[in-house]
Amino acid sequence: MDEAVPLVELSGVKVLYGAERALDDVAFRLLPGEVHSLMGENGAGKSTLIRVLTGALQPHAGALSIDGNPVRFRSERDALRAGVSPVYQEIDLLPNLSVAENIFVGREPRRWGRIDWRTMRERAAEVLADLGLTVDPTSELGSHSVAVQQLVAIARALTAEVRVLVLDEPTSSLDTDEVGELFRVIRELKQRGVAIVFISHFLDQVYEISDRITVLRDGRLVGEYLTTELLRVDLVAKMLGKGIPLPHERQPYEDEADGSLPVLEARGVGTASLKPTDVSLGAGEVLGVAGLLGSGRTALARLLTGVDRPDRGVLLIDGDPRGLASPRAALAMGLAYSSENRRAEGIISELSVADNITLALQAQRGALRRLPPARARELAASWVEALDIRPAQLDKPAGELSGGNQQKVMLARLLALAPRVLVLDEPTRGIDVGAKAEIQRIVGELAEDGLSVVFISAELEEVLRVGDRVAILRDMHLVDTLPSAAVTIDSLLALVARPTETES
Amino acid sequence: MTAAVTTTKDGTAASTAGRAGTFMARRSALLPALAAVIILALLFAGAELFLRGDFITPRNLSALLLDNAYLLVLAVGMTFVILTSGIDLSVGSVMAFTGILGARLLAEGLPPAIAIPAMLIGGAAIGLVIGLLVQVFSVQPFIASLAGLFLARGLAFVVSLSSIKVEDSATLWLQTTRLRLGDWYITPTGIIALLAVAVAAFVLHYTRFGRTIYAVGGQEQSARLMGLNVARAKVMAYVISGFCGGLAGLILTAYSGAGYPRNGIGTELDAIAAVVIGGTLLSGGRGYVLGSMVGVFVYGTIKTIITFMGAEQSWMQIIVGTLLLVFIVIQRVIVARSGQKSP
Amino acid sequence: MRNIVRHRLFWPALALATLITVNSAARPQFLRVTMRDGELYGALIDILRNSAPLMLVALGMTIVIATRGIDLSVGAVMAVSGAVALTIIDGSSDPNGVGTVLIAVVTAIAVAMVLGVWNGLLVSVFGIQPIIATLVLMLAGRGAALLVTDGFITTVNSEPFAFIASGYLTVLPFAFFISVAAIASIAIVERRTALGMLTEAVGINPEASRLAGVRSRGIIWGAYVLSAVLAGIAGIIYASNIKAADANAAGLLIELYAILAVVLGGTSLQGGTFSLAGTVLGVLIIQTLNSTILFMGIPSAQSPVFFAVVVVVVVVIQSQKVRSWIRALGASGRNRRSAATTEVAS
Repeated sequence: MDEAVPLVELSGVKVLYGAERALDDVAFRLLPGEVHSLMGENGAGKSTLIRVLTGALQPHAGALSIDGNPVRFRSERDALRAGVSPVYQEIDLLPNLSVAENIFVGREPRRWGRIDWRTMRERAAEVLADLGLTVDPTSELGSHSVAVQQLVAIARALTAEVRVLVLDEPTSSLDTDEVGELFRVIRELKQRGVAIVFISHFLDQVYEISDRITVLRDGRLVGEYLTTELLRVDLVAKMLGKGIPLPHERQPYEDEADGSLPVLEARGVGTASLKPTDVSLGAGEVLGVAGLLGSGRTALARLLTGVDRPDRGVLLIDGDPRGLASPRAALAMGLAYSSENRRAEGIISELSVADNITLALQAQRGALRRLPPARARELAASWVEALDIRPAQLDKPAGELSGGNQQKVMLARLLALAPRVLVLDEPTRGIDVGAKAEIQRIVGELAEDGLSVVFISAELEEVLRVGDRVAILRDMHLVDTLPSAAVTIDSLLALVARPTETES
Repeated sequence: MTAAVTTTKDGTAASTAGRAGTFMARRSALLPALAAVIILALLFAGAELFLRGDFITPRNLSALLLDNAYLLVLAVGMTFVILTSGIDLSVGSVMAFTGILGARLLAEGLPPAIAIPAMLIGGAAIGLVIGLLVQVFSVQPFIASLAGLFLARGLAFVVSLSSIKVEDSATLWLQTTRLRLGDWYITPTGIIALLAVAVAAFVLHYTRFGRTIYAVGGQEQSARLMGLNVARAKVMAYVISGFCGGLAGLILTAYSGAGYPRNGIGTELDAIAAVVIGGTLLSGGRGYVLGSMVGVFVYGTIKTIITFMGAEQSWMQIIVGTLLLVFIVIQRVIVARSGQKSP
Repeated sequence: MRNIVRHRLFWPALALATLITVNSAARPQFLRVTMRDGELYGALIDILRNSAPLMLVALGMTIVIATRGIDLSVGAVMAVSGAVALTIIDGSSDPNGVGTVLIAVVTAIAVAMVLGVWNGLLVSVFGIQPIIATLVLMLAGRGAALLVTDGFITTVNSEPFAFIASGYLTVLPFAFFISVAAIASIAIVERRTALGMLTEAVGINPEASRLAGVRSRGIIWGAYVLSAVLAGIAGIIYASNIKAADANAAGLLIELYAILAVVLGGTSLQGGTFSLAGTVLGVLIIQTLNSTILFMGIPSAQSPVFFAVVVVVVVVIQSQKVRSWIRALGASGRNRRSAATTEVAS
């Protein structure tokens, strides 16, 4: 297998963003019929390499060959024509068109020059059935869940004359069954000789599906390995280039038996979709929240922090019932929410790091009482230092930072308010392993200082490690709340991942 | 013939509330177009009631098409642009420019075989300028078409500072000919307008170019990643709108028997209002050209009713403004509802 | 040098300077300012005075655009405000009384403010797209103004009212002082408080701002109220200038000129970071160009062609595409030079 002619071969690839080297002399090859994982921290150059491979970006240097023949992709269209089909993490489909059109748009079946809608629907239904998906092909794509949309994106790639399928974080919004279904399809494609580039943060999945792993670090090639010959520890070490910093060990949280009131308590809060939920949170406690996408974890977080208003139930702060009219009101009471959606709901990308950090504090003071500029900078600088935000440039637009550093900026913004309860919705999603460990450490330290934290994550292992107790959500209701010590990953997995309907 | 019609049928046929609910949830784009049809029906019924059966007559309904033919053509072009989530503010001025240009050329003694193509090409050329600004130089559609508005309006006055009467028989024929069927009649201008609607409906529904227009309005970046020819679709949308402006200029010149450089001030707003009332979402990607036709008829009917009642025309602006508001609120609700599921 | 070229005000300032240079070369009297009866006159003074309505409207538009919005209704608001003011003066027994004029002006501004509250309500509370929300008033507002004046052009003879547009305060036109006062007070409020930063935050990312506790609704609402109030004042100046309320012509197309001024000044229509100084330059460019066109003896009806050319040139220069072309040109020039030196070296 090693000696086969590579389907795709990239060599000496160099990409510059301004003065920054995004890729430097990177080589990458894909053999027919293999699943090849591309691994690296955020900023290692994975997405840049993918963009080169799919024609979205022209490298400053380097050669690309297909079946041994040198080619140049000037646009995505060139790449598509050569059979290189990408499925991106952020779903790149058309929410306003039907499912069938999303699969076929641009290459619709035609009869006498006009689009043959009936054939298109029938063929779409077939492809979807192949993927184990039962949705009406004529329904609007936007009306479906993210998971369904993800599968439709894959269906689209499959109907093309695909030779290389690039899957960028395809499983991040899928549940266990859907992942299984996807892997079945991937194996079928392998049989047909399709080469698959697989990118995922989930190591389990990488080890389950891939034949070969290429590791990038800081825009350079670390090496290419057979999956069977690469131990996990070694893989992580190669990605990080250093040992993983051990998460800060801290005293397990003592449930105070002296009857002190919980800082925050929800009694029967719910909405039309979220069933009534009871949650309580003591001072200095970290409550991990485990659940799949759509399990109600984000809905709960938003109810606790005034972002959305509950239809029923009551929130108690220090034992007093309170209504939260807005995030602003919640912040005034010390309840802070950090959204899972950094780009859309977190960072103000064109404002500076300093403005981003002081934003919430300034908003709380009111528009007319401006923080004196010198004090604002001093404050921002102290947070940049405390959370080790890099680069430590206060005037840099926040949108130019890496994901992990943006997350820290959001955290700093909320911490500057000195909140009592911090609700973090997937604070470690899509950021590199190093930054992840660091955020876990910061959360631990904050809790030791008496801050109460609700920590939501898709990674069960992380929830268990960070949380003192774990709240398990499934299908929009709270299944149970257990001390972390009383659960193992496997038992938690069983609670979280009970079979759910793909699409209701 | 196209979706708007067939689904109106489906929508009423799916009698069980649950099924209809799911149906609409999955095809939220239809709801506003449906609402426009209902409003039109209510307007007709109301006018008929208040005006004691004098309103729904073949004569009035025929006149509705005749009087609003130019607006209908403009709305067709505007639909293409708005579907790509753009906007074209230039159409009123393009109509004035091409109208006066045609009148001038005819007055100079040129045959219609030259004057009419010159009008259409003139309109399309301004559309092309706007489209290139939008696509190649990433200028916001609002600003690019604003430049088009200024350009066309200024050029109209460059062609002539005052109105020019049209004596050419071929051009006037477009308006004066009445094809009759009982009390119903239609003029060639009306036929041109209806043909424009039919061709546009076919293109939007049955060609790849048409679907690309929708795709661009839905999510331009995605459309590009899917390998669609986004650039061509966007530029062509403005060219089509400009062409329709030229066509409307022809129709209006025939209708009024003269070219006038002050024609169509604010008509772009009427066209936008008609398209929005007809159920096309200004955010792009959702809507139907047949809906725009209904929107134009709603607009025209209100105008007729005001004339019938002898009220001041200033009410027209207030009513259209209010109606626009109502429709926007309806759309807002729909978008909010369909947006809930897709984060 | 590089930094100067990169500065966001470089291009508008250059454009204005070019226009002034061309003008003064073509007609030496352009720069001449004469003193008559202790009052200054000249083409430059005219530009300062005549630009007042557009200046006010454009300043309001800048703030609205910064919140990711747009206000198409400013022309209609001008018409309404002029109609209200003149109807009050016309109906009063003492059209020449300062008190009457004051009441008329205050009432007109109050009505404009109500219209702004309405726009702000539609945009910030009901969440309607700004283009559309203000389109409603743009359509309906002129109708309303016509109803106020009963469909006529109301004319009045009122000394104090005429003073607003054509009077002099010490050596300079009163209208100019209105402009300066508006620029200064908005600049102070936006930049000396945190309002400017919060407005930009809301414009760049409304949802993130809401989650951070920013009163986005209030900020957006306030922008539309400000815009309408300024348009109301502009409407009064306009009416005072022609001593009449013309509901059809007052502020016609001014929304487009105001948007043009904002864009000329380098503020992006996408919202977010804004520049008041840029807008001021933009307004002066438009007014100077207007004066140039008049001087050239071109019928004012044809002047839109020139503005079209200006818009096209400006947006094309500002576009990313052209900037990258220029950069590529510069880079290839440098490369060729460095290639040459390496050849010599080897």
